[in-house]
Amino acid sequence: MNDYEMMVDAYKKAGGEDVFSNSDTAHMVLEQDKILGKHEVEGLEINAEKIKTNTIDVKLRIKKGYQIKNPVHMCFGVLPKEGLQKILMDVNIEKDAYAKIMSDCVFPNATEVKHVMKANIHLGSNAHYEYEENHFHGKTGGVEVVAKSNIEMDEGSEILTLFTLRKGRVGKIDFDYEADLAENAKVEMLTRISGYEDDQVKIREAARLNGRNARGLLDSKIAMADNAKAEVYNELTANAPDAKGHVDCTEIIKDNAIARAVPIVEVSHPEAKVTHEAAIGSVDSDQLQTLMARGLDEEEASDLIIQGLLKG
Amino acid sequence: MQKLLEIRDLDLTLDKERILQNINLDVNHGEVLAVIGPNGCGKSSLAYTIMGLKGYEQNGGGIFFKGKEISELSVTERAKKGITLAWQEPARFEGVSVREFLSIGAKAKGRNIDNKDLDWALNEVAIIPNKYLDRNVDDTLSGGERKRIELASILLMKPDLVILDEPDSGVDVVALNNIGDVINDFKNEQMGVILITHSDEMLEVADKAALICGGEIFNVGNPQEVSDYFKYQCIPCEDEDFEKHQGVSSNE
Repeated sequence: MNDYEMMVDAYKKAGGEDVFSNSDTAHMVLEQDKILGKHEVEGLEINAEKIKTNTIDVKLRIKKGYQIKNPVHMCFGVLPKEGLQKILMDVNIEKDAYAKIMSDCVFPNATEVKHVMKANIHLGSNAHYEYEENHFHGKTGGVEVVAKSNIEMDEGSEILTLFTLRKGRVGKIDFDYEADLAENAKVEMLTRISGYEDDQVKIREAARLNGRNARGLLDSKIAMADNAKAEVYNELTANAPDAKGHVDCTEIIKDNAIARAVPIVEVSHPEAKVTHEAAIGSVDSDQLQTLMARGLDEEEASDLIIQGLLKG
Repeated sequence: MQKLLEIRDLDLTLDKERILQNINLDVNHGEVLAVIGPNGCGKSSLAYTIMGLKGYEQNGGGIFFKGKEISELSVTERAKKGITLAWQEPARFEGVSVREFLSIGAKAKGRNIDNKDLDWALNEVAIIPNKYLDRNVDDTLSGGERKRIELASILLMKPDLVILDEPDSGVDVVALNNIGDVINDFKNEQMGVILITHSDEMLEVADKAALICGGEIFNVGNPQEVSDYFKYQCIPCEDEDFEKHQGVSSNE
């Protein structure tokens, strides 16, 4: 089995969709600093280049007015137990274009793997971009993920980001997303993570609603058990008339886990409005008892509640 | 014939406060026992104690289900033996679909549920299956809708004893009639029902009623007679006034 086949196989075994043989679906497969495969569709350009050891520069462009029908799959991974993968990414979704990109990050054998992603994302006016980052980790927790994105959004553009851990342990995640929004632009950042053992999660999501009628939603749902720790910083700033936003952070903790939620909201225009909710607590006892009265034991009931929360 | 549920000399004290005292009640298969009484008299506490909820561990007496003492069993164990409880305010479950929620009780008892079963249960509670099955059991449903979905989940679970804590509160008149029909379904399936209620309409489905006052069973008998006594003759009572009722009560 060659490296490409091994990556695709690991991705599928982890639960990923079988998309790489579909000619209508654009994709790219990167293992550590090797570019193993790439497929483009009309209206989309992907250029990837190894610029130094363990570092790949990726440029992705959706041309003006193009609507990319199928999600674009970017499969990043490190197959050995140890290694570093650094991705420098430039994404440009041009005016009136649409694309959904799914970054599937596969580290099935990691005991000491670091994955660093630095992204600059630009959305042209009325562009629409969905970004979903799914992580498939092994059971050892030996993954450190550092992800930083700067998003610049022109008038009327929209972005939806979703970060989920689909399989395995978190390890260590340090996640930092920032967006600047022009008039009528809209951002939604959703994060769903469950951690356990000694996992560590640090998330910072920030959006600046700089244009009239800009909209922002920062929504994090985190479940931590054992000795895991989570810190969530949601920052929303509204600087323009009719700019509106909401911050929602829910964290459930069990055992000795520790969670910290820091919503920061700032409004500097009298016609702007930002609201926030943050809740940290154990699994709701009414929910638990309802499910236990249907015959689930406490662990099963707790799992169902947490999985539901993370889906929500 | 062996009784489904027998409660004998049950006492419950919470934070040094006497909540239930010397409760004696029976429920048979296919029988609906209504429990009525003023707010705060201990009706819900009785329900929680029978179900074995955390914080409602009895201080004395016994609870026998199908002839076996269950006081030491957990909520889950009691549910697996065939007891369940529907709450006055059903819990919300973010990210859990109606489809998933309805199947939980049956699956825990080792039974698989198919689409036909789901449709049947929702139709029984007057909910249109294809409009609700993929919705979540969360804030997007009204309290009345969640109550009916909870009843549908119990229909699919098929327990032997159902404890319903004010199923009539917060529902409209049409839904109220429907809940009465569902309770009759429980009876027809030979399930026992403990029905905590303030509603005369609900009492119509009951075979007998118990009046609780100040944590004690004060009167057990014909539902209408017990209700009439509660409405027209019962005086607001403090513990020390309890003796004033002596002579008119008929504790079981």
